[in-house]
Amino acid sequence: MARMKFLCDAERCIECNGCVTACKSANEVPWGVNRRRVVTLNDGVPGERSVSVACMHCSDAPCMAVCPVDCFYRTSEGVVLHDKDLCIGCGYCFYACPFGAPQYPQAGAFGMRGKMDKCTFCAGGPEADGSEKEFSKYGSNRLAEGKLPACAEMCSTKALLGGDGDVIADIYRERVLNRGKGSDVWGWGTAYGKPEKQAAPSAGGKS
Amino acid sequence: MRRVALLVSAGIAVFMLAACEKSQVAGPDKQGRYQGKNDTAPWDNEQFKGDRNAWEKALKERALSQNEYRRTN
Repeated sequence: MARMKFLCDAERCIECNGCVTACKSANEVPWGVNRRRVVTLNDGVPGERSVSVACMHCSDAPCMAVCPVDCFYRTSEGVVLHDKDLCIGCGYCFYACPFGAPQYPQAGAFGMRGKMDKCTFCAGGPEADGSEKEFSKYGSNRLAEGKLPACAEMCSTKALLGGDGDVIADIYRERVLNRGKGSDVWGWGTAYGKPEKQAAPSAGGKS
Repeated sequence: MRRVALLVSAGIAVFMLAACEKSQVAGPDKQGRYQGKNDTAPWDNEQFKGDRNAWEKALKERALSQNEYRRTN
């Protein structure tokens, strides 16, 4: 089996935040922590693109490299997980991560950082599979139930794909070959007409 | 008087160095290696009974169901 990966199709993402909600709901993520979020580039400008971002479970994860207490590990399926009992909430992984995946819940008074929390690919953590302890610390373990992450399975336009990297790459390839390019792409050309009929994009879009 | 001052300063030094003691929380420290608890494989449970192939098959079916071209044709 290849590595577990996420793939977000920017042509399909409609910024509905369904993935964010599904993640929050499935894992009962605490206030102030977003394991997944939707980033929109050129928001409000024709041609805007949205991408759903979370931990990308890097093959050579920088968070693992910088962790001073070595609390990260990679499973045989390529999912990057961590042991919250070891985490000291130092924040090094947050600085190292190019996706801003590590999150820190507020612990105690004065805005103190709690133990790091991030996307687990719905694979739980180093506790007994399906146990209450695992759920309270890391969230649900859907992978052990033979299911894929809640965010990918809940995506209404199937912009966010999750699973074996080879399988989702094949799905994406088939999709791109079917929909073509430019205004033939599903969605944009259909909704707003061919490029020659569209108004020129105005300057000043925000990211 | 000098002896008392020496004793007091030695006591302060011992007190301050006591905080430098390294607490063992995760066994011997091997830098760059995972120090936490071991995790079980996702197929080592009642549902899959250690059958990795059955787990991979279940996951592949779920992954392929994300392809609506295959579902509609």
